[in-house]
Amino acid sequence: MTYKTGDWIPTRDAYGEALCELGEKNKKVVVFEADISKSTRTNLFGKKFPERYFNVGVAEQNEMAIAAGAAMCGKISFVSTYAVFASMRACEQVRTFVAYPHLNVKICPSHGGITPANDGVTHQGTEDLGIMRTIPGMTVLMPADANATKKLLFAAAEWDGPVYLRLTRDSVPIIYDEKTDFTIGKGILLREGKDVTIIALGDMVSKALDAANLLSTEEISAEVIDMHTIKPLDGDIILNSVKKTRTVVTVEDHQVECGLGGAVSEFLGENYPVPVRRIGFRNTFAESGEYELLLEKYGMSVKHITAGCLNSIKMKGKIR
Amino acid sequence: MNKKEELERWAQLLRYDVVRMISNANSGHPGGSLSAADIAACLYFNEMNIRPDEPDWPDRDRFILSKGHAAPVLYAALARKGYFSIETLKTLRTAGSMLQGHPDIHTPGVDMTTGCLGQGLSAGCGMALSARLDKKSYRVYVMMGCGEMNEGQVWESVMSAAHFKLDNILVILDYNQLQFDGSVREVLNPGSMKKRWEGFNWNVIEINGHDINEILSSFKKAKETKDIPTVIIADTIKGRGVKFIEKDYMWHSLMDNKKFTEYAEQMREELKNADSFYADRLW
Repeated sequence: MTYKTGDWIPTRDAYGEALCELGEKNKKVVVFEADISKSTRTNLFGKKFPERYFNVGVAEQNEMAIAAGAAMCGKISFVSTYAVFASMRACEQVRTFVAYPHLNVKICPSHGGITPANDGVTHQGTEDLGIMRTIPGMTVLMPADANATKKLLFAAAEWDGPVYLRLTRDSVPIIYDEKTDFTIGKGILLREGKDVTIIALGDMVSKALDAANLLSTEEISAEVIDMHTIKPLDGDIILNSVKKTRTVVTVEDHQVECGLGGAVSEFLGENYPVPVRRIGFRNTFAESGEYELLLEKYGMSVKHITAGCLNSIKMKGKIR
Repeated sequence: MNKKEELERWAQLLRYDVVRMISNANSGHPGGSLSAADIAACLYFNEMNIRPDEPDWPDRDRFILSKGHAAPVLYAALARKGYFSIETLKTLRTAGSMLQGHPDIHTPGVDMTTGCLGQGLSAGCGMALSARLDKKSYRVYVMMGCGEMNEGQVWESVMSAAHFKLDNILVILDYNQLQFDGSVREVLNPGSMKKRWEGFNWNVIEINGHDINEILSSFKKAKETKDIPTVIIADTIKGRGVKFIEKDYMWHSLMDNKKFTEYAEQMREELKNADSFYADRLW
């Protein structure tokens, strides 16, 4: 299954469909679900491969550790739930039973960031990337659209060790064609520019592209990078860009601490200090509401990214 | 020497190793290691289908020490089976050692990382499901402790094993009735442990966990039980074999190493004089 650029599709839909294709190709793939299969879309896999599909009920801690046990016996275990539950309810199970033994457990939660907008804070995972990134040996991904989801899902299945692949509940626009290649740990330069580097991931990549378009009308040239892998972070693509633009704006549907903004700041602090502005949640929970309105209210809309870029360009004069 | 007598000697030797190792490391958990020694001896020296010279043999029976703090008794059994040297036991809990404070899969013979309580049976369910999927006949043995019965995840996994009809899992509950802070009734009264498991549709067998014949016959009965998982609730004594710590919850972890080390020496002398079985196996 491939998706047409310009269409809007939730990445969880692409996950459900790609998982079936993967299951067809790789018999080692087993899927664990925690009673939300209609939402995570693993019901598709369950129908197609009932013998390799295990719904363990509303019990995410058990789910994660069962997946670890199956991986110990040579399976590639996919764990489906929501980002809040995968990263927090089952956090210790991920750390001690999945990451410490370095097992082939691929955690693919839906409802990343505030994409489950109307559901409210209980279902909005805005700390998960930071939690996962802190665990040794974890690989942390967030695809920007449905085509990226399929490619990264297949790459995750081949990857040695645990992977966290974060999905969206709500629709995001298709920005990649089916031919684009994705390599875990290698960011994608989506738009070249010379004044500022915007580094985004997941649902915020299309917002970053919109901001770059808007900036171009003011004669500001913004470079845009899709950092679909937060860990391991692609330092080369950051350095190459920043040596040219000398300032960075990070954009994520996540708390600014520990996530993409954190990762990029840490890298630049150690390797090439330049001004960085971080767009994301700042020490606050969101709330129920329509996705676009929430982005606006919490300072993460295209307008805010644009303002961040202008600020960041001004800051350049003060450093170096 | 019949099988029972031989297994009793292996159990006694494992106890000696446990005492030596903990005394040597100056830290560790003697109480729950000693209560599990007879069961460990029966598993490793009679019951399980394993290949010490091929630790990753795909068809091996799996053992998960869900009560991971009893690692010394597991390490002793693995060393005595030949997974690694007796010399290695001296390195318990030291930097660079393969013998971590709690079991780690990177140690030959350790089938699952454990130590954070309440999670071993979940992993066991994953292994048992894999065995079924691959049409393999290996069995999954999970040893649990009474303290971890407090953990909510235990009951999630208990439900799963019954729901998926995992008769290739055997849980052995080392029910010594004491946990870190006191008796199970004082800390968080579990009520009837038997009724609990029965309520979740498990086959429950109650035994004296220090009686070799009872342990072996319960393993046999478990194998014969189809479509539902079996739990053996083993009535045991915490610290079994070291008189001055028996039934004393304070000795969940090492309390007085001077006393413990003196006892290790005393135990060595006693075993040396007791039987030729021990003669060239003491360290």
